[in-house]
Amino acid sequence: MSPILDHLPEFWQGLLVTLELTAASFAGAVVVGLAITAMRVGPVPVLRAIGTGYVETFQNLPLLVLLVLAVFGLPEIGIKAGLLATSMVVIALYEGAYIAEALRSGVNAIAKGQGEAARALGLTFGQSLRHVVLPQALRTVVQPIGNIFIALTMNTSLVAAVGVVDLTAAANRVNLVEAQPIPIFVGAGLAYAAVAAVAGLVTGRLERRLAVAR
Amino acid sequence: MIRVRGLSKWFGDHQVLHGVDLDVARGEVVVVIGPSGSGKSTLCRCLNRLEAADVGEIHVDGVPVPAEGRALARLRADVGMVFQSFNLFQHKTVLENVMLAPTRVRGVSRAEAAREARRLLERVGIAEQADKLPALLSGGQQQRAAIARALAMRPKVMLFDEPTSALDPEMVGEVLDVMAGLAADGMTMVVVTHEMGFARRVADRVVFMDGGRIVEAGEPNAFFDAPSTDRARDFLAKVLTH
Ligand SMILES: Nc1ncnc2c1ncn2[C@@H]1O[C@H](COP(=O)(O)OP(=O)(O)OP(=O)(O)O)[C@@H](O)[C@H]1O
Ligand SMILES: [Mg+2]
Repeated sequence: MSPILDHLPEFWQGLLVTLELTAASFAGAVVVGLAITAMRVGPVPVLRAIGTGYVETFQNLPLLVLLVLAVFGLPEIGIKAGLLATSMVVIALYEGAYIAEALRSGVNAIAKGQGEAARALGLTFGQSLRHVVLPQALRTVVQPIGNIFIALTMNTSLVAAVGVVDLTAAANRVNLVEAQPIPIFVGAGLAYAAVAAVAGLVTGRLERRLAVAR
Repeated sequence: MIRVRGLSKWFGDHQVLHGVDLDVARGEVVVVIGPSGSGKSTLCRCLNRLEAADVGEIHVDGVPVPAEGRALARLRADVGMVFQSFNLFQHKTVLENVMLAPTRVRGVSRAEAAREARRLLERVGIAEQADKLPALLSGGQQQRAAIARALAMRPKVMLFDEPTSALDPEMVGEVLDVMAGLAADGMTMVVVTHEMGFARRVADRVVFMDGGRIVEAGEPNAFFDAPSTDRARDFLAKVLTH
């Protein structure tokens, strides 16, 4: 354990970056997922097509390719943003496609009868989504979205490849000095596992709470 | 109040409505009957544009039914609908179900909406269920809650699509009683149902559909005692023997 203890500040700094990246890109992914879902279940054919195209595109591209493209490609066309910010946006856009897909299955399970009843009362499409369909759909997708959160946490480690110093990159740097890969990367792995475990606990709780309310 | 002219509707290649004409006067109760698949639900759902008409015109209270958007939402706010499967919002209490549209669509204050909701739940006989979730109610109670929810918008017309078909037989009566009460209070109603007793007692006019067309329409006693078309006679013979 001593290589970790000796470099605790570096690890801590890396973990903070990972947590920050995870939280911000997950929040962004939820917003993207909601917007894409609204487009895909809505009445406007063009928006439906865009939404579906979006999901299929991002589900069929590797995240690493997107990160590399954004980090090295955007400055080429004159768009300059910080490494961390660029990474957050890319991960949010990418994971948003997965959230949209999870939400859509939840929405489809609810939408027919409940959405019709809401619209028959005079609620607009947006109101029926917001007050009737989504609150119920979210309950059915807590577990899948929890899994996406965990996958997203793991996926943030790819930013090490484009120069962001997250937990993985910090471990890598420490290893260059200490050359003890097993304790160093096991330690980093345990930290990721801890985040995943907390996420699993929270979704389990959330699901039980919402299930009782039905 | 409702005026339908030349309404035709296709699902893919399959034509389910063939040039339907229908008028419903203010305060009139029209009961629509006919064999399964004859297009009763589709006609009903075209009236508030849950299904879009392909050909023909539909006017509600003198206004053509708008194609989409806020104008359509406004029209629907004035046309109540009750579904076979209740479709109560499962995540909201009965009271919240009734309050949702008045507060969100009409901008009524929560206090005022709650007062009105309790009054309506009283009227349909389930005041004591107000704070329960729909899943805890019997089918008959859920359907009465759904009627109260529709009434909360103070609709000009109420559409019922087989409101008692999903109910256990002992609960059919309580829902039909509420509907009969509404009719007696002068509500304009279009009711798709297989309850011939209700049609005879409550309807001002019975409309018989078959194969996407209105085959016969008339005052209930005349229709049930002496239908003038063979198809209506056959249908009545079938439904009245069991
Ligand atoms: N969404 C749909 N897509 C395709 N076909 C449909 C759809 N809805 C109804 N149909 C078809 O349209 C025809 C008329 O259906 P409709 O539901 O209006 O009949 P109905 O008179 O209400 O019958 P029931 O008494 O069984 O409710 C049927 O042949 C039905 O299969
Ligand atoms: Mg039907």
